[in-house]
Parts: sequence; structure tokens; C-alpha cells
Amino acid sequence: MLLRKYVPTLVLSLFTLAACGGGDADTGGTDAPDADAYTVPAGEAAVITGVVNFEGTAPAPEPIDMSEEPTCAEKHDEGPVRRPVVANENGTLRNVFVYVREGLGDRTFAATSDDRVMDQDGCEYQPHVMGVQTGQQVTFRNSDGLLHNINAQGSTNRSFNISQPQNMETERAFSQQEIMIPVRCDVHGWMEAYIGVVDHPYFAVTGEDGSFRLENLPPGDYTIEAWHEEYGTQTAQVTVAAQQTGETSFTFNDTMTGAFVPLGAPLDPHDHGRVAAAPARGTR
Amino acid sequence: MNTPTGRGTRYAKRPIGAEPRFKPTSPDTAVGRFAAWLGRFAYRVPRPVGPVGPVIGAILFSAVPALAQDHPGKPIYDRWCAECHGIEGRGDGPAATHMLPRPRDFTEARYQIRTTASGALPTDADMLRVIERGMPGTAMPGWPKLSGSQKTDVIAYLKTFSRFFESEGTPEPLDIGGAPRASAEAIEEGRQLYDRLECWKCHGAAGRGDGASAPTQTDDNDMPIRPADLTQNWLFNGGGSVEDIHMRLRTGLDGTPMPSSSDLITANVVTEEQLWNVAHYVRSLSPEEQPAPREIVRAVLRTGALPGAPDDEAWSDVPAAYIPLVGQIIEPPRWFVPTVRTAWVQAAHNGEELAVRLVWNDPSRSPDPAWSEWRQSIAAVMEPKEEPPAEGALPDALALQFPAEAVSGRDLPYFLMGDTRTPVHLWRWTSEGDVTEVTARGLDTFEPLAAGSAAVVGAAAYADGQWQLVLRRALTPAEAAGRPAFRTGEPIPFALYAWDGSNGETGKRAAIGSWYFLYLEEPVTATVYVVPLITILITALLGFAAVRYAQSAHRQGERAPKAGVALAEP
Repeated sequence: MLLRKYVPTLVLSLFTLAACGGGDADTGGTDAPDADAYTVPAGEAAVITGVVNFEGTAPAPEPIDMSEEPTCAEKHDEGPVRRPVVANENGTLRNVFVYVREGLGDRTFAATSDDRVMDQDGCEYQPHVMGVQTGQQVTFRNSDGLLHNINAQGSTNRSFNISQPQNMETERAFSQQEIMIPVRCDVHGWMEAYIGVVDHPYFAVTGEDGSFRLENLPPGDYTIEAWHEEYGTQTAQVTVAAQQTGETSFTFNDTMTGAFVPLGAPLDPHDHGRVAAAPARGTR
Repeated sequence: MNTPTGRGTRYAKRPIGAEPRFKPTSPDTAVGRFAAWLGRFAYRVPRPVGPVGPVIGAILFSAVPALAQDHPGKPIYDRWCAECHGIEGRGDGPAATHMLPRPRDFTEARYQIRTTASGALPTDADMLRVIERGMPGTAMPGWPKLSGSQKTDVIAYLKTFSRFFESEGTPEPLDIGGAPRASAEAIEEGRQLYDRLECWKCHGAAGRGDGASAPTQTDDNDMPIRPADLTQNWLFNGGGSVEDIHMRLRTGLDGTPMPSSSDLITANVVTEEQLWNVAHYVRSLSPEEQPAPREIVRAVLRTGALPGAPDDEAWSDVPAAYIPLVGQIIEPPRWFVPTVRTAWVQAAHNGEELAVRLVWNDPSRSPDPAWSEWRQSIAAVMEPKEEPPAEGALPDALALQFPAEAVSGRDLPYFLMGDTRTPVHLWRWTSEGDVTEVTARGLDTFEPLAAGSAAVVGAAAYADGQWQLVLRRALTPAEAAGRPAFRTGEPIPFALYAWDGSNGETGKRAAIGSWYFLYLEEPVTATVYVVPLITILITALLGFAAVRYAQSAHRQGERAPKAGVALAEP
């Protein structure tokens, strides 16, 4: 019985050792990532760029009744709205999390020391979609001076729920890769944000021009995934050689509403196989 | 990968890594498979059949424990916990859909009641506490029947459902020190902090769970959830002591909207002592002692007019009786999630008229559009199969039930609105402002009585998540048909029903109580004063006579020679 319990672990360990056979990951220790952190050799760094296109018509923004929080309502000149789909004027899509899903092998990357800030301003999260590296500090800031709670409902990461009744900052970090962690405020049911956590620095969130740029990549074959909160995910294969720039683009359209949107999905760094979808509980 | 799902289920997508470590399979032997197959009936037999299933399961589990499972906690779990929490620990057992909050999904390892930081795992002691005491605001009962080692085994088994118990290490309990003494100043500071920290946004200005954000609250699985009514601490999931409350403030209730306030101490927003004062304030909102239901409710005798307004000062010195209410789960459509859990009853009469004051907490004054989304989600998750949920605006309602005809002793009508043989008489009030008199012969058979001169007079007020209602009627109704007369000095059976329209409650979807008895104090007659006086007088006279007799007997004895003494003298 006991043996059977450990078989998957053993198999996985052997697989890991085989995968690490030649090259830089030559120590078994995983507790000192900085010492083993991979840096792209000088003169080899590659780039992947692209845009996330959008076809069709974005759903009309839904007005939010913020009358219970006049302080927040006043911060919205044209009235507060919920806009899960933000289409840019140049035919691209905003708030798409684009990241390297596969292709980095077993390289480990130094944790970045940059703080990421998720602000609560006008009873909205800013940014609405954010990417971070595992271990990176995230500063949750309250700029509204009224009660918010930050309910980060990670599944691969431990979920937490903290109170911020006034202007203040609270720092947290996520230790596991997870696509994506929903964040919400239970005091204001309309507030939601999404945080993508990966264990490398190759991720971006599309902005006003719908473009993304993943820099300083080691040459290689990559699976790039684009995640959107309404339209789900798409992947693309890109091969880049040293000092080259690879290009790829994604196209979402308005018929994709209702697509499976991964939330809380873990990424196993040692097995980049497709992660099976967990059955949605509401339909069981 | 392209499974279509609606928006409502998006948070419900759960991690792939959360497979239980111990698969709920039996060893691959014919006997083991057979035992496991039979054992499944332990929780599949429908309830009305009685304990046959568990008995079969128990016999099998005791007979073949080594064959049927590989973890010592599994047979205990499968027998006592799986009905609700599911055989794989996913909180999806056969009974789960009757419950709100839903049973814990152990694969997520999110636990409400902890002594550890938000996001941390519970300690073994935390898990033990919930197993021993249950969670009073939920369907989770305490399990005093389990032995110490059974509890230890089942805790160990629960932890196998989530890999977090392997990856996270041993959780550290928070150090909260001891509770500082409660004082008027501490409670007052706690009240101010309750305002400043904006606890009222969910829990309401008076703590009755009626804050502006209450209608939109959902738990981590998108199930509707209510902020606690802080005036009923005996229903707090993690216990109602000031220590329990402080710990919940520090840790939050993970998986629910209740956040942790520990960071407020590290950010110098409040001190630990100030947080203790919030706990003292919250504790002060509930009665000192947990109220206990008493069968007899006294209707005090008053002279002159009875207080007709619900906020009349005169009610403040009338004792209030606690009446617990539960969901109506006897006849379909059964109702497992009633809003009203407690009603307080006061009664007074003046020999002519009876006035009953009813006070109950309901976070919504129905119909209220702010709660329409709540009502929809409750209807969606609480098994509407037995009968489609009601349409249209629903008011709040309360009914006071009496036997329609005189009853002798304990021969009462069926408590659920009587039956065809023994009807009941109801005073039915709704928040639309009307009070109707109704005869009922079962839950579905209302026969309104013609509104006559004997009509019941009602006056209601709603504030801060609480209804106060006074219902009055002459002791002897002018039109007697179908209306019971009330006599002093006799127990008058009564029962209560409450409906919260914003929770979709109407008809059989109701909160119900059992029979209680109203006792109308008898007028104090002159004999009450005269009898003691006469008694005192007679006693005094008798005493006087006895003393006189004894004294005269003594004097006679002194004069007469004592025979015995004379003999003894030389």
C-alpha cells in the first residue's frame, strides 16, 4: 500500500532527473533558486512580440450602482461600469494575460525584487489583470479610504482574505504558479481582478494597443498562451533563435463568450502537458 | 478544454492538483470490492427507511476493516461524514444540496474556524474543536459520540484530501494573549471601532446582519452566504465567547467574505487591545446567557389600556420569551434555509384584551429590490425541484397559531397548521400591513374568516434588520365562529411561523416553531389580601390561647405538691 502511494512520486522524480540530464540544472537542491537561477547568455537573448486581436463587438459595459459608496462613485466621471471585455480602437483586446506556458524546461529564474501594486481606487482594482512571478511581492493598496477586503481565492496557492478599512497597504506573495487567481472584494460585489502567477519573468498583460512583448528569452521552442476572463485561452507555438524576434498574434472574437475560462489551474514546471479541466462544480 | 460554462460557475472551477491522496477505492480483491460496494449503502439508504443502511455498513466495516480500507480514519469518515462531505471529501455528499452553507470541500483545505492566519491551514486542535462542538450556524453538528482515537483518525484522514497538508508544513497558532476585562469604556470603544472599521457594511448598524453589502455576499464557491447576526452569539460558527470572537477577527473565516484583521495590527491601524474591545462590543450585543426556550409564556396582567405600539416603553418591563424556529422540512416543498431563527414573544392582557408583541430579526424589509438577486440565487441552489420557487414580490409574514377549538390537556392539533379533524386558528400578518384571521386544516388549507368586529389589530415597525409587531384582540371574540376565546389561568397553546419574502419564503417555505403555552395571569382578587390576614389572626389567637393554657398549667403545678419529688425527699 505504502509503496503504491509513492510510486507516482518516484516516477516523477526519475522523469525529472532524466529531463535534467545535461545542462545547467545539475543540482538536486531546489531551496536556493537564486544560486541556480538561469541567466540568458550574453548575445543570445530573443524576443517574442505580438498583438491580441479582437473581432466583433464588445458587450456594452454594465453600469454599476455605486450609490452606497459616493466616494467611489465620484471618481468615475462617466459613471462606474463593469467592462469584462475592453476592445481597443485599433481592433485589439485589452487585459489579456500572455505568458510562456511551455518551453523553458527546468530552468529556474531569479525572483524579481520589483513590487507589483494592485490598487483599490474608485472601488475598482487597478490593474484589472496582473501578472507576477512566484515569490514576487504584491502590494495591495487601498486608495479609497473606506472598507475593502481582499479575498484572493487561489486554489493552487493558499487563498486569503484580509481587511483594509482605510487607506493602507498590505503585502502578500504567491508561492505557486496559478492561472489565474480571482481577487474580489465582498463588500463591493462588482470588484474583481485576476492575478496570473508564473515562475519566470516572461509574461505581459495587453494594454491600450493590445500588444505584448516578452523580452530576454533564451532561444527555443515555446508555447505561448493568452488568457482572457471572458473568452478563455488560446495558445500559439513560436520558435526563436538567438537574438531574433519571433512574432505571433492571437485573435479572440465575440462569439467566444462562455468559453472555458481556467481559474485556479496549476502549472507543473516539470510536466508541461496540457492541464485537464476540472469539472465545474455547479454543473455536476 | 472548451467545456462551456456559465459565468455563475467560474469560481467553481477547482484545482487539478486537489485530488485526494487516498483514492476512495478498496483493495483489488473480490471481498474488498464487495465490502466497499455494500458499505456504500450506509449512506445511500433514504432516511425514512431508518438505520438499516448504517447498521449494515457498521457490521461490514467492523467485520472487514482491514480489507475495505487503508486508512484508519476512512471507515469513520465514510460512515459519519460522507453523507454530507462526500466520499471523496469534495463537500458533495447526497445531503449536501439541502445545506447552506454547503458542507466543507476538504480538497480545498479552506477552513473557517482556525487559530491561524488567513490563508494558513488549521491546527489539529482547530479541527478537533469543530468536530467536537460542531458549527452552530450551519448544519454541522458536534460529534460527542466519537471516541478520542476516532477523532484523531478522522482528522488525519481529512488531511489526506488535500496536498496542502503536506506542502504547507505545521501551522502556527496566533498568539492573542488573554482577554482584557470587559468594561463600559471597553465596550464603548469597541462600538466606535465597529463604526470606524466599517463592520456595519455587512453586519449592519445594530449588528443584525443587515448591512448594505449583505444581499450580495457569496462564499468562495459562489454560494449565497449571510453575514452573521451578531445579536445571536449562540449561532456563531466558531463559538460565542469574547475569546472566540477576537480570534475570528484576527483570523477571518476563510472561504467566507469575513476577512482577517491581523494586518491592521501590523499596519498600526488598531492595537490588539482595541481589537479585543471590538470583540467585547460584539459580545455585548447578545444576551449574557444563551437563551433557553420555556414552554410557558406569561401574559402579564395590566390595568388600563394595553400598549398597542411595538415601540411603546411599556413593553420594556414585560418579560420576553425565546422561541427558536427551524425550517419546515416535513412536507414538500421542504425549506432548509429559513432566515428567521429566533423570535421573542411578550404578552400582556387587562382582563378584556390580549396584546402579544413579537420581535424577530430579518435583514430585509420585503419586498426589497436590493434582495432580488439574493432570492434568485437561493432559489437556484436550494433544490427547487419539489416545487418551482414562487414568482412575484413576496412580503415578510408572521403567523400566530392557536387551536381553533378548545383543547383538553395535551391533546393538541397537529403543530403544522392542524389537520382535517382538528383545525387551527391563525392570526396572519404580512408586511403589506394587513392582519387576517384564518382557519387552517393542514399546511395548504387556509380558510380566511370573514373580517368582523372581532378582527385582530396589528401594528408593526421595522428598523435595522428587526421587525417588531404587536397583535391585539379581545379575550372573548365578538364573533365566536372559528375563533377561540382566551381565559385567564389556563394555558393557551400557541405556535409561530415566520416568512422572509426576500429569501423566497411563502407557504410551506417557512420557519416554524413548536407548540408553546400562553398563560394569562389571573386578576388578583380581594381574597389574596384577606386570606393571609385571617390566617395571621387565627395563628395569633391560637398561639395566645396555647400560651395562656401553658401558663395556667404551670401555675397550678407550682401550687400542687409534686408527687415524685415528695417521694424523693427524705
